[in-house]
Amino acid sequence: MLQEKRNRSGMIAVVGLTLALLALVLVLENTIKPTHMIFIVLKKSAVYALVASSMNLLNGFTGLFSLGQAGFMLLGAYTYSILTIPVESRESVYYIYGGSAIKFSLPELFGGGGVGLVLGVLVALILGGCVAALVAWLIGLPVLRLKSDYLAIATLGFGEIIRAVFQWDKLGPITNGANALKNFPTFSSFNIENADGQVVLRLSAFVPMLLAAVCIGILLLLINSSYGRAFKAIREDEIAAEAMGINLAKHKRLAFCISSFFTGVGGGMFAMFANQAQAKNFVTSMTYEILLIVVIGGIGSISGSCIASFLYVAASEWWLRFLDSEAYIGDFKVPLLRTGFRMVVFSVIIMIVVLFFRRGLMGDKELPDLFRMLRSRKTRKEAAK
Amino acid sequence: MQYYLSIILSGISLGGQYALIAIGYTMVYGILRLINFAHGDVFMVAGLMLVYLSAWLPLPVSLPLMLLLTAALGFLIERAAYKPLRSAPRMSSMISAIGVSYLLQNLATYVTGGLPQMYPKIPFLSDTVVIAGVSTKWVTIITPFLVLALVIALTQLINHSKVGMAMRAVAKDFETSQLMGIKINSVISATFIIGSFLAGLGSMLYFTNYQSIVPLSGALPGLRAFVAAVFGGIGSIPGAVVGAFIIGISETVIKGSDWSVFSDAFTFALLIIILVVKPTGLFGEKTTDKV
Repeated sequence: MLQEKRNRSGMIAVVGLTLALLALVLVLENTIKPTHMIFIVLKKSAVYALVASSMNLLNGFTGLFSLGQAGFMLLGAYTYSILTIPVESRESVYYIYGGSAIKFSLPELFGGGGVGLVLGVLVALILGGCVAALVAWLIGLPVLRLKSDYLAIATLGFGEIIRAVFQWDKLGPITNGANALKNFPTFSSFNIENADGQVVLRLSAFVPMLLAAVCIGILLLLINSSYGRAFKAIREDEIAAEAMGINLAKHKRLAFCISSFFTGVGGGMFAMFANQAQAKNFVTSMTYEILLIVVIGGIGSISGSCIASFLYVAASEWWLRFLDSEAYIGDFKVPLLRTGFRMVVFSVIIMIVVLFFRRGLMGDKELPDLFRMLRSRKTRKEAAK
Repeated sequence: MQYYLSIILSGISLGGQYALIAIGYTMVYGILRLINFAHGDVFMVAGLMLVYLSAWLPLPVSLPLMLLLTAALGFLIERAAYKPLRSAPRMSSMISAIGVSYLLQNLATYVTGGLPQMYPKIPFLSDTVVIAGVSTKWVTIITPFLVLALVIALTQLINHSKVGMAMRAVAKDFETSQLMGIKINSVISATFIIGSFLAGLGSMLYFTNYQSIVPLSGALPGLRAFVAAVFGGIGSIPGAVVGAFIIGISETVIKGSDWSVFSDAFTFALLIIILVVKPTGLFGEKTTDKV
């Protein structure tokens, strides 16, 4: 009873915080000039937060060490973009293959305009997730029987296979071979314009944040349900979990499929962020990036993953930018600063986190846990007085 | 006929180069149960080192120096990134390995400025030779023999020397061998030094064929060599070599056919199949899980 009450107050706090954050983004977006770096950071970190959280569901909560994220993101991105490229620009996007094999586009199918755009994008994103989940189910049949590092390497291999398949030119009329898919609706398509084409209300950073918040919210609900507890039991001890009546194969498959679903949605959003989808961008180092975000945030903490993805993206795209350009203090040329130095500093920071702060930012705690700890510390101090 | 011969020849030499990398993976995994993701990048760094060393030193000096520095790099990586995590869960050291790989790649991008570097021409190895109407480089002919000689030497070392005996003991049981007075830290260091040395040698042979080095050129050969190690049964050196030759030959055969985009996909499909059908690989030892 007490536990439940505490959970509820924690949940209310999280929901309130998220809503406040969303409102802040909305206000910022319509007051600061839209080319500011922070919007790129916000969009990208929203996408990464979703993908990192779903990786955390698998790696942190279920204990399945999978490295196939880039592959599932690719599936989501391609499904999304194939389904949403407007019919009239298909000819130009698929010019090498003489037009696309798919003759419709979801936003137009839903009647075009604002409603069609929202519905079409949503359905395409969800379908992207479904494709990723379906493939995850298929690949999971053999692969989930493997343990720890073998599973990691097999899923890594799966990512490479997917990438090769999508670059195959026999599939060109659908996937556009090795060329990029573009011209589909992006986050900026959600900016509301008046009749003169002037932007009235900017939503291009709000939309990805909202999408990510909803998906991560669903993930959190799942983690706090009986399924989530079963996942954690599997992580702690497979044999004991099985003895407690948890169906190992079923739960592992479930975690794998759900995680892949949200990774697929994240992949679709990544395509929206990048304004294009191209198989060669979804390489293993992308998976590594997301894994490092999960580690920095704390393995087993969703709020950690969200905070870490913001910090990671902001540091790599914005705050550490100055390291890449030569700088002078008076006549003195600062040594070492040169293109690429940013990433060196960055990877050194990551190594320090991995080696010395192994629990990451949050350990396995969530934000409400932290509030509670602070509060109890305060009351204890007051009691001591 | 000549076409097939040239494909088989380059397949065998590619396999030999993978074998040299795969041995590093398999030895480290055998002892630490750690997939050393940074090994492919050590291989790449070895290549870059020779590029820079040969610019201001004559080749007969820079080649041995490169091998020495590569071995030192392997030693350093182990001491800095894996040793502090020895008692941590296996996932932590794997993540640390990924971090090291990321660091090495970024360092290489910084040093080279992201531009492809031309590998120096090594006299004799880069010379062309004509065999049965097929013109190829000497390195293609020499690689398999060099690999065989090295593998024989290595198995002798492991089976008949004190360090080798210690390695086998540590691979069998970490804690017991520690109790028996084996200095596991030096044994592990020796493993990393041997593995990196062989990777350095492999990079010399590999880049003589491929010539240009970019910071990512270690990633895929590393993964393929790892697949080879798993395919042959991880922990077993002859297994890694056989696996590497199979992977190398099938890669060149596929690259020469219409299905060239699928060469890596095939390699990984092979990995998934072998993991599902026979997880211990071709020559791997059977292990039992202890509860």
